[in-house]
Amino acid sequence: MIAFLTAVLASGVRTGTSVLFATLGELFTERAGVLNLGVEGMMLMGAMTGFGVTWLTGNPWLGILAAMVVGGMMALLHAFVALVLRAEQVVSGLALTFLGSGLSAVLGSPLVEVRQVDRIPTWPVPFLSQIPVLGPILFDHNFLVYIGFLLIPLCWFWIYRTRQGLELRAIGENPAAADVQGIKVMRQRILYVAFGGVMAGLGGATLSLALTPTWVEGLISGQGWVAVGLVIFAGWDPIRAMFGSYLFGALRRLPIDLQNFARFRANPSLGYFTSMLPYLFTIVALLTVSIGDIGRRWGAPAALGRAYVREDRDA
Amino acid sequence: MTGSTASGTMPSGRLRLRLEARDQPGLLTHVAVSLLLLVAALLLAGVVMMVAGGNPLDVYRSMFGAGFGSKWGLNDTLVKMVPLTLASLGVALAFRMKMWNIGAEGQLLMGALAASGIALFAVPPDMPQWLALGLMAAAGAAGGAVWGIVPGWLRAQFGVNEIISTLMLNYVALSIVQFFVYGPWGERGFGLTPMFERNTWLPRLTEFADQWSALRGLTLHLGILAVPVAIVLLTILLNRTKFGFEIAMVGDNPDAARYAGVRLRRTMIIVMALSGALAGMAGMNEVSGVVHRLLEHISPGYGYTAIIVAWLGRFNPLAVAVVAFLFGGLIVGADEIQSAGISSLLQGVILFVMVSGNLLIRYRIRLRAPEMLE
Repeated sequence: MIAFLTAVLASGVRTGTSVLFATLGELFTERAGVLNLGVEGMMLMGAMTGFGVTWLTGNPWLGILAAMVVGGMMALLHAFVALVLRAEQVVSGLALTFLGSGLSAVLGSPLVEVRQVDRIPTWPVPFLSQIPVLGPILFDHNFLVYIGFLLIPLCWFWIYRTRQGLELRAIGENPAAADVQGIKVMRQRILYVAFGGVMAGLGGATLSLALTPTWVEGLISGQGWVAVGLVIFAGWDPIRAMFGSYLFGALRRLPIDLQNFARFRANPSLGYFTSMLPYLFTIVALLTVSIGDIGRRWGAPAALGRAYVREDRDA
Repeated sequence: MTGSTASGTMPSGRLRLRLEARDQPGLLTHVAVSLLLLVAALLLAGVVMMVAGGNPLDVYRSMFGAGFGSKWGLNDTLVKMVPLTLASLGVALAFRMKMWNIGAEGQLLMGALAASGIALFAVPPDMPQWLALGLMAAAGAAGGAVWGIVPGWLRAQFGVNEIISTLMLNYVALSIVQFFVYGPWGERGFGLTPMFERNTWLPRLTEFADQWSALRGLTLHLGILAVPVAIVLLTILLNRTKFGFEIAMVGDNPDAARYAGVRLRRTMIIVMALSGALAGMAGMNEVSGVVHRLLEHISPGYGYTAIIVAWLGRFNPLAVAVVAFLFGGLIVGADEIQSAGISSLLQGVILFVMVSGNLLIRYRIRLRAPEMLE
């Protein structure tokens, strides 16, 4: 049993890393007061680009880099439409998701034939990976998982312990007051939206270069939307985002982990029900924060989803 | 488009663009700007296709020809228009009270599943056709309604974000359908059920070819009649009934609606049930009118396209149907060139350009010399 739980948690950490990146990115975007529902589309483009560039160059790190650039560029499109042109943020985000799924399908169609590219390498941390239970869960992964470990405290520190983080929270809660303080609201918002896209691209490429090293249409299968949900579950806090992401990862891998049990192998139709679990988990996660008073303590940024127009400041 | 927001930050001394709010954008402005934007979207998508190595002119020509160029093309377009209109009307209804129902795809699947269950197990071959179709339609509506009530209730009772919950339920619905078509209802593991009995099929136009020979070969089915019926009923509901008024009131200002005595939770749940029921009817139409069996890929994303259609139709039932007709042709055209990706890409670009262009409807762009005093 302990061996099974260790395996579930280890694969949860590994599988949850892609949604963790996307969640952290969207968390910053929303902290800045901008809602970007295009995460799914940006992740799809990231996954396709990362896989394609790796296939062309033979270097998965170049693939990761390209995916991040593409994700950032797509997010800038959202920033232009939603912030500069002041369009409805929900609709613009949805459009980004449609665009990303269509574009990744069209541009990625030759890649479906490609069976194998170099993956992001796995590196068991010397000595630490030998610790029973904790070793496999925390120290026997590919490099992207470790990058995720590093990013979580960094994001927390940035938001709560730096001057930039203070300004970030200000432009999300009260952009007019931040503007009076001399904070460049528009410029910062655009940068944080771009950061969200970079992270979504990274998350997508994590999937196509480390987890299921392949490209098929619709590879992300809703994980971008899960990321948007997990930001709410996390109460816009990176530490809670980590728990949500890894839990989601564990549930997502569960159908495969359960193959170790004879009863599940004998009854393959159970797989259809276990594959629902990560999506049901996301709904239940939202429900728990809605029921508890957590939602009241960690509310959404007050200006989330509203364009800031300086001329309307006093209105 | 510089200087669209800031007035004080621009360097003075050169011409700049300014935005002025229009008082009351008229219908003509709406239509003219929309057409202009559509052209812009097609140009933009064409550029993307050229980058991807295709010839956009060829693509557009064969897509347009497939969707609208002949009697057969129009037939196919109308067939696709039926589920698209029903699902889009559902999305539009929910949006009247500012609820984003992104789950039309899942509601459609659950409607198709429920209608298929009736067709496979509750309809003896000698049951009158009208009764069989009536039962299937009721089951389809109920299946979709359940899939709308769940997120509606979660939102009304607990404030769970309906965008996420409806979308998650799409994947759950897909898994349920897969379980049935590969498992208990399946036929030899191909992901489809056996063919339904004839009395569960919505009649096709070609069946009337003895009276009107022009109808020979047309696959358009009587489900098309649901389109005008749904438009009229929904228009009456929204514009002529107390309930429709309450929906709009909740959408505009929930607090004011509550003080006026509207029961918010009840209204939300009923609206989501109706919204889901419309999408569920779309699913019933597909299994009964088009494929006559349930299969995993019963929908090429009608439920997702419905969101775009509803938004482009500005959530007005009649306009939604017009847009659904055009998008039906788009889906037929994408089938023709065998690229679902092109269809999704075009939909994304069109939505992007349209939502950006909203600015042109709400504001007038003026070229203006710098003012003397700044």
